[in-house]
Amino acid sequence: MVLTEAYIMLSMVLFVLGALGVLLRRNAILVFMSVELMLNATNLALAAFARHWGQEDGHLFVFFIITVAAAEVAVGLALIVAIFRTKRSINVDELHQLEG
Amino acid sequence: MEATGLSLVTVVLFLPLVGLTILLFLNEETQLNNIKWTTLGTSLATFAASLVMWASFDNSIPGLQMVQRWDFIPTYGVSYYVGVDGLSLLLVILTTFIMPLAILASFRTEVLHERGRQKLYYMFLLLLEWAMIGVFVAQDLVVFYIFWEVSLIPMYFLIGIWGAENRVYAAVKFFLYTMAGSLLMLLAVLFVGGSAGTFAVPEIIAGIQAGSIVFPFSDLFSTQSALFLGFFIAFAIKVPIWPLHSWLPDAHVQAPTAGSVILAGVLLKMGTYGIVRFCLPMFPEASVAWAPIIAVLAVIGIIYGGWVSYAQNDVKKLVAYSSVSHLGFVVLGIFALNAAGIQGGILQMVNHGISTGGLFLVVGMLYERRHTKELSNFGGIWLALPAFSAISLVIVLSSMGLPGLNGFIGEFTILLGTLNSNILGFFYALAATLGVILAAIYLLRMFQIVYMGPLDKDENKNLPRLHWQELAVLIPILVAIIWVGLQPAPFFATMDSSVNQLVIDMGASVPTIVQTLP
Amino acid sequence: MESYALLAPLVILFPAIGAFINLFFGARMTERWVAGVAIGAAVLSFLVTVLLFSGLSANPGGVIVNPPFFDGWLTIPSAGIDFSWQLRVDTLSVAMLLFITGVGSLIHIYAVGYMHGDPRFHRFFTYLNMFLAFMVVLVTGNNFLMMFVGWEGVGLCSFLLIGFWFDRTRGVGWRNSNAARKAMIVNRIGDFGLLMAMFMIFGTFGTLDYFTPGEIANVELVEEHAAEEHGEEAPGAAGTEGEGEGEGEGAAGEGTIVLVQGEGEAGGEGAEGEGEEGEGGHGHEESAVVYTNNDHIPTEFLGVFGQTERMLEEGHEVQWGPVRLPIQDALILITLFIVIGVTGKSAQIPLLVWLPDAMAGPTPVSALIHAATMVTAGVYLMVRSNVFFYEAELTSFIVTLIGVGTALVGGFIALGQWDIKRVLAYSTVSQLGFMVAAVGIGAYSAAMFHLITHAFFKALLFLGSGSVIHAMEHGHAHGAHHNGHADDHADAHADQDAHTDHADDEDFDPQDMRNMGGLRARMPITYWTYIFGTLALAGIFPFAGFWSKDEILADSWIAGLTAGGLTSLGGFIALVGLLIAAGFTAFYMWRQIIMVFHGQPRTDAARNAPESVRTMTYPLIVLAACSLLIGFINVPDIFLFNSIFIPHELTHWLENSVLHAHAAEFQLLIAMLALGLAVGAIVLASRIYGERPLIEGEGAEEGTLQDPLVEIPRVGRPWGLAHARLYIDEIYYRLVERPFNVTARFLADVIDWQFLHDYFHDVVIVRGFNGIGQLLARPVDLGIIDGAVNGVGVVARWLGGLLKPIQTGYVRTYAITLLLGVVIVIIVLLLPLIQNGG
Repeated sequence: MVLTEAYIMLSMVLFVLGALGVLLRRNAILVFMSVELMLNATNLALAAFARHWGQEDGHLFVFFIITVAAAEVAVGLALIVAIFRTKRSINVDELHQLEG
Repeated sequence: MEATGLSLVTVVLFLPLVGLTILLFLNEETQLNNIKWTTLGTSLATFAASLVMWASFDNSIPGLQMVQRWDFIPTYGVSYYVGVDGLSLLLVILTTFIMPLAILASFRTEVLHERGRQKLYYMFLLLLEWAMIGVFVAQDLVVFYIFWEVSLIPMYFLIGIWGAENRVYAAVKFFLYTMAGSLLMLLAVLFVGGSAGTFAVPEIIAGIQAGSIVFPFSDLFSTQSALFLGFFIAFAIKVPIWPLHSWLPDAHVQAPTAGSVILAGVLLKMGTYGIVRFCLPMFPEASVAWAPIIAVLAVIGIIYGGWVSYAQNDVKKLVAYSSVSHLGFVVLGIFALNAAGIQGGILQMVNHGISTGGLFLVVGMLYERRHTKELSNFGGIWLALPAFSAISLVIVLSSMGLPGLNGFIGEFTILLGTLNSNILGFFYALAATLGVILAAIYLLRMFQIVYMGPLDKDENKNLPRLHWQELAVLIPILVAIIWVGLQPAPFFATMDSSVNQLVIDMGASVPTIVQTLP
Repeated sequence: MESYALLAPLVILFPAIGAFINLFFGARMTERWVAGVAIGAAVLSFLVTVLLFSGLSANPGGVIVNPPFFDGWLTIPSAGIDFSWQLRVDTLSVAMLLFITGVGSLIHIYAVGYMHGDPRFHRFFTYLNMFLAFMVVLVTGNNFLMMFVGWEGVGLCSFLLIGFWFDRTRGVGWRNSNAARKAMIVNRIGDFGLLMAMFMIFGTFGTLDYFTPGEIANVELVEEHAAEEHGEEAPGAAGTEGEGEGEGEGAAGEGTIVLVQGEGEAGGEGAEGEGEEGEGGHGHEESAVVYTNNDHIPTEFLGVFGQTERMLEEGHEVQWGPVRLPIQDALILITLFIVIGVTGKSAQIPLLVWLPDAMAGPTPVSALIHAATMVTAGVYLMVRSNVFFYEAELTSFIVTLIGVGTALVGGFIALGQWDIKRVLAYSTVSQLGFMVAAVGIGAYSAAMFHLITHAFFKALLFLGSGSVIHAMEHGHAHGAHHNGHADDHADAHADQDAHTDHADDEDFDPQDMRNMGGLRARMPITYWTYIFGTLALAGIFPFAGFWSKDEILADSWIAGLTAGGLTSLGGFIALVGLLIAAGFTAFYMWRQIIMVFHGQPRTDAARNAPESVRTMTYPLIVLAACSLLIGFINVPDIFLFNSIFIPHELTHWLENSVLHAHAAEFQLLIAMLALGLAVGAIVLASRIYGERPLIEGEGAEEGTLQDPLVEIPRVGRPWGLAHARLYIDEIYYRLVERPFNVTARFLADVIDWQFLHDYFHDVVIVRGFNGIGQLLARPVDLGIIDGAVNGVGVVARWLGGLLKPIQTGYVRTYAITLLLGVVIVIIVLLLPLIQNGG
């Protein structure tokens, strides 16, 4: 049997990598990839806990997340394409027109 | 009369309004003559009614007669409360006497034809008469205040619409100056009514006498003094007492003839009447305390008014300052706080109304003929208009206080009272009697420059003679002058018991003023 | 019996009616009718006065009359004021009335001729009648108030009459009306004094009445006579002796006082409140009881003079309001103020300035008002109030000084005048000084005597001068062949060429004595009557002035010797001063005679001057006769005269009303001295002026005529001073008129208009009001209130500004924020678990 802690650790590492990727990456697509990574890390953690406690709630929640992630990616990528059409760049540091 | 039904006082008071109502239905273009004669008729009817009032007046009763009282606001003690007594009856008669003369004098005044709106003019005159009579007969503080304020409005318009070049300035100044004082009076009225629980003056006075209503008095600036001043300053502006007199020259010079006659003849008396009716009986200690100071102001007014009058070259201004001087005598007499002084003061109010009203009528007639008020434009009028000059001379002498004419009676009695007064005394009488000299100086100068001297200016020759309407205005004045001068006894008799009661009441509160007769 | 006194109101009524008729109808009447009405009224007054006189002679005690329809004038019961029109018919008032109406009538007659042709003829006679009426009111009043009515009334009439020719051209009209105004104003200053005195009298006595009905004026006299007549009776016995005699006529001589009722009066008009009086209390006209003194009348009901005696006895204190005085001091104050009134009316120092100017009026006016009547009112008042003055020694002394001073000043100035009327005017001032001085030393009877004689000869002199002036005007008009006939002599004055240099105007001045001369031949009646008048005025025996002046001088000598105290001093001062003044008098009068009548005529006008018409000369003759004879009404008790005339008849007559009237013993030395002085002065004058009344001027005055006195070394300067009238008018202008005018203009322009009216209003009130308005509008309303409202918005914005930087626009920032927030939330959630579990 693999220990649940191992899964959690893996999930934690993946999450942190993903978070760092969101914060540090300049390319918007890569930011989205990092967001996906965070989401999948969460999925892993959920599945692991579901197995650990022997309940199906976690598995169920994984499905929700996968769906949401897919929808979100679709929307996000569409946005990026639209932005690229006007700004010719997807560098997030250049996208700050909504500032105060 | 009882308080049921209509007392004669209410009739006299509201007759002018009846006339006013009739005027509302008359058309100025087509019925101008009707308008004029209706106004005159109304005022004559009012005069007749007031004479009936005098005839049915009982001289021996010191209190109010022909009282009418209807409650307005019982919770606050406000009522329509009118009546006459010795203090006010003569002034009511003065008012109803002067009004027909002023109205008749307006018939041929050119400025009315020039400026138009004559119906409005006559309506204002009747409104003014109503307000003035109201002031004199009101016995409730709120009613008094209302009438007091109402009288300002027609006068304001009379000056402002039909006056001379600077009329608007004068009208506004007159209105605001007087109203400023009235506001102080309003405060005092409210305080008095509030603390006494009623606004009916006879009840307040009775309460003071009985000790149930007390306005605390300790020195010149205590509660009672403050209330006294609240009333007094409003009256002082009206009288006018020096130095609050600077509205008067403007108002008189700019007003049309009838306006000046009414202003000098009646309106100024409202102030002195107010002092006698309200300040003295309601605030006796404060009156006594302030009397010396006020008397000093009165004496200053007498001398100042006379002296300044001498330096005037506009004849209306000259007469305006003479009013300051004459009414200084009245105020002095009142604050002698004895029977002689107060009765002399009240009679002199009547006398001043007649004499100075007469002077303004005369000046108005000169103005109609020559359209100037500058003294230097006249000269030798006696040769051009002998009858007119003779009448003017009598009026001038009356104003100067020649014995045998009315002015002397008042002045003599006032000064007699002042010398023998416990409050005032020798030096006040000495200073005030000097005013007698000043009166001769300025009046004779005016008379000499206008009427005497050679008739060398062409414009002064061939002046139109006296019209019968002008004669009709002057004759009653002459009759009054001579009658009051030779037979003042009925007038004094009317006042005697009320004034005596006033002095006795004041003496009860402030024993220092009580005198034993010499 | 005493019903004659009921006629008294008629003396006032007749001239009043005359004035009334001429006022309203005179313009339509011819000169004849106007004159007839006026003269008729005056003469009727005189006749009634004569009736009163004869009635009073039988019972000289004095009567009070209540005229019908005029009861109660000023009545204020609660002030104790009860003044009524009451007439006092007693020896003093009748004495005054006789010469007032008598001389007045003569002047009325004279004026017809003098004013003939004047366009306002009827007005003149209206005023003359009015004047007479008021003067009668003055002397017949029984109280100070009624006297004051007459006092001011005559002042008014003098204004109207002095300024009668106010319409003359070329400034003359203005000069006349200025003189009229000055007269009335100066008189008013005197009136101020009299008014104050009246107030004080009322405050002291509670009444203004001289006497009450039933009161005896001179108790000593009455008691004396009663003692004589009834043997040694105790005085004051309200005896019934009179009863038997009292029914019919003439109850016992002089002690009977009766109340006379006017018609229509119910009983006891004057007896109201007087309790029991045995006689007149119920409207009866006869006395049942004869009283010889006033003891039966309680003090409060006595007149002022009776009260004075009693108050002095008991050492009363008077109370005027807050002032408290002993009666002596009160009397001094009262009399001082009366004296102010007298100096105004009787033209004494310092108020004499009006009388010389008053010569601007027509000459009959000058005669009537300024010689015979109005100016004498002051002396009358003092004599009437003799009880007051007798007790107030200080005031009497001051009066003496004033009188003597005035006498000297007037006499001195008269020496230097060229105008014929001015000489007489200053002479009047001087003679009034004599009378006033006489009152000052207590010689009331002498003062009245001189008053009466002076009335006659001064009126004579004035009318004579009028005759001369009239003649000069005629002469000038005829001489220069102008057609300005003297009918219209209102203009004759004004349009002639200059004949001599005259300081005032370039016209010919018919009143200038330098233009006259030699009129004796042309106008004999005028001349001789004038001589009579001059001799009377100068005090030459046996003319009237000699007796009256001598009486005053004798009294001053006696007072100087016997009176003691201030009065003594006053007596000596009076003696010396009046002697000198008498010398002046004789001198300037004779100077006038020489200049006007003697010598040769100096101008054409004088050469052609005609004698005046009969209406003018007849009164002159009558008056001249009086000037000779009138002195004999009061001769002293000396050899020869006391067998022809009753000695001191006037004094005895007056004693009935004037308590302190007394006769002076004849002083031969003084009389001789005075006579000698007068004669000497006349001789001196004739020496100086006789040959050449005028001399040619030298040096600066080359070409003009000068008075010979100018030549004499030490006299020239004083003469110049006299000619310049002691600069009184200039002083008056500098000290009084100009400061008054300047102050008036200052008060009116600077203080009243610029300060009170303009400054106070425009700066203090208007600017203040605007200022407050501006203050409220901008800083308060806009600043604070609006500011508060706007401030809310500003704060909101500022806060927003503060918070704005949070919105950076960078996705990464938002991401970090999210992360941090999540971490914080987790820690907060886990915190309790960690603490508990840890």
